[in-house]
Amino acid sequence: MTILGLPEEEYIMSGNASCPGCGAALALRHVLKALGKRTVLVIPACCTSVIQGLYPRSGIGVPVLNMAFEATGAAASGVVAALKAKGKDDITVVGWAGDGGTADIGIQALSGAAERKTDFIYICYDNEAYMNTGIQRSGATPYGALTTTTPVLGKKEHKKDMPMIMAAHKIPYVATATSGYPKDLYEKVKRAKELKGEGTKYLHILSPCPPGWRYDSKLTVKISKLAVETGLWILYEIDRGKFKLSGPSKRLLDPSKRKPVEEYLKLQGRFRGLSDEDIREIQRWVDENWKNIEKMMETE
Amino acid sequence: MQSSSSLLEKLPLTPLSKPAKGAMGKTGSWRTLKPVIDLNKCTKCGLCWLYCPEATVIFTKEEGPKIDYVYCKGCGICAEECPAKAIDMVREF
Ligand SMILES: Cc1ncc(C[n+]2csc(CCOP(=O)(O)OP(=O)(O)O)c2C)c(N)n1
Ligand code: SF4
Ligand SMILES: [Mg+2]
Repeated sequence: MTILGLPEEEYIMSGNASCPGCGAALALRHVLKALGKRTVLVIPACCTSVIQGLYPRSGIGVPVLNMAFEATGAAASGVVAALKAKGKDDITVVGWAGDGGTADIGIQALSGAAERKTDFIYICYDNEAYMNTGIQRSGATPYGALTTTTPVLGKKEHKKDMPMIMAAHKIPYVATATSGYPKDLYEKVKRAKELKGEGTKYLHILSPCPPGWRYDSKLTVKISKLAVETGLWILYEIDRGKFKLSGPSKRLLDPSKRKPVEEYLKLQGRFRGLSDEDIREIQRWVDENWKNIEKMMETE
Repeated sequence: MQSSSSLLEKLPLTPLSKPAKGAMGKTGSWRTLKPVIDLNKCTKCGLCWLYCPEATVIFTKEEGPKIDYVYCKGCGICAEECPAKAIDMVREF
């Protein structure tokens, strides 16, 4: 049975430990619908290892291997090798890690796994800081955001472009997504799953976080969609080397179609300290990112 | 009463958690606002089901949505996203 074209089965168990309105929990719910039962998750220290909840129950309906913060790529490589040795070829191995666990401490293990063409899916859910330990900045925290380690002035560096770093590994599939467009996310995970046998597949999901981004929990979907509509977060796929914009981002190459970045920023307390100059800098950064996308599409 | 040694025998060899609802308890008690659906206004579009991070909206095409209040944390996303404005967030106490 399906609802709105998505499987009815739930693998996120109600009553888990995620905060009310958690964008990462919403994303994981749809990711698991796409992956189905024959899945093993490898999850490092992050909010999701907390979301699982306390022994003897697990809030996640598939097997999970909890791993050290930096080791998702390496541990998933081990699981892939073990399943191969046992002749189990119908199981999808998925690394699911936060932005800190991916763009910072886990990048080495992930890069190694991708370079070895490890046959797994790696998903970074990006709430743009170390949320589980109390909102410290990460390489994926955006310019201007207040965190507990970038207080008063906000972060002075822009966000690290993790999906493009993974694209440079020439892996068969790279895609971006966000919690507010579950169907787009679902289709991308399905595609990654289809490419079994071809090496590492990478997905990067922007996942709004009410306590970390300082907004009312009811706004998670709205803020996620605004990230796309302002052009701040670009939805695309690179499928066997072919770049393609997806979802609402398809019609946003024309700058006049993009909403001003303020509409996204003003809903979040983490951006309350921005000056007009800061907002101009963020808008400049967004427009530059789109110019790079345009160039990439021209050369194809 | 069971002896402590027989209880020990029942514990699994490895600390393996099993999937179950309520891994963090009855999270409905976290709520300060409660979503209440007016089924007369509801068009059964299913968006509240789609966007619930907690999988606490139970949906059928025939009967529409129903909320599992044992676990719903009251985030308010369903009320915010409902295109028919059929969901009200009502104070718990
Ligand atoms: C080597 C090591 N350093 C630090 C920690 C503490 N720690 C646990 S989770 C975490 C932050 C995780 O951030 P991220 O990967 O972005 O996931 P999130 O919590 O935001 O979901 C940190 C610093 C750890 N577990 N191991
Ligand atoms: S801190 Fe943020 S990402 Fe972590 S569980 Fe809470 S809402 Fe989700
Ligand atoms: Mg994070």
